[in-house]
Amino acid sequence: MLATRWEPIAQMNRLRQEMDRLFDRWGDSRPLPYARSTFPPMNLWENDEQLFVEAELPGFALEDLEITVTGGNQLNINGERKAPEPEGGIWHRRERGFGRFSRSVELPGYVDSDCVSAEFKNGVLTITLPKREEVKPRRIEVKVS
Amino acid sequence: MSTTLTETKNNGMQQIPASGEATVYCPRFDIWETEDEMILYGDMPGVLPENLDIQYEGDQLTIHGKVCPRHDDIKFSYGEYGIGDYHRSFTVTEVVDADKISAELKHGVLTLHLPKSEKVRPRRIEVKSD
Repeated sequence: MLATRWEPIAQMNRLRQEMDRLFDRWGDSRPLPYARSTFPPMNLWENDEQLFVEAELPGFALEDLEITVTGGNQLNINGERKAPEPEGGIWHRRERGFGRFSRSVELPGYVDSDCVSAEFKNGVLTITLPKREEVKPRRIEVKVS
Repeated sequence: MSTTLTETKNNGMQQIPASGEATVYCPRFDIWETEDEMILYGDMPGVLPENLDIQYEGDQLTIHGKVCPRHDDIKFSYGEYGIGDYHRSFTVTEVVDADKISAELKHGVLTLHLPKSEKVRPRRIEVKSD
């Protein structure tokens, strides 16, 4: 058995990786400032028809999550991750977080709340939100007279 | 408190396999130890079981999870986290029964059981009296 050693350089290295993960590198786009202390972190992208929101939620089941859209443009995700409770031993390391979370984000456009779908695979949640007709890009026909 | 699992160091740098420019992330782990085994719980969202490589050699336990790109050529409107492979290694000072190591990946969480070798398990010594 070994005593727990204090390994500052390695700790720093881990901190740096965590920071990288928080602040990230997307080439030129930057994360939003509000995002830094909120759980879960989200990625958002869109095409002409839909908005997509993705979040990493390891250890959750779809039934532990509640996803709602209010006011047509606010997405709310609530959930709880329960800690494993093994018996007859001790924790050597506890780095993962547990408990309830709740996050609301304003979407960049109005969506059809009735047709929102969510998929949860390998701890990654992907929410598909169809845009309302009025916010979809429209091709303007130019008539030649 | 003593610990039988410590993080592996290489001059303070983690041994991260070269994988081009891609960022490799250090997954968070919880470690539970009982008399019979050590259980590791690691958060590795987005990893498929077939892309998870766990190696135990000597006293080194190495976990590498490959994450397949989920989006090609998408420009995120908001980006709050990065997607990349996971890598972490531990030095195991307990004698582990390597044949009985088992792993399970569910909802992006790896549960790894490292059973202790029979030889090192604590034994109750019967004291006989005449």
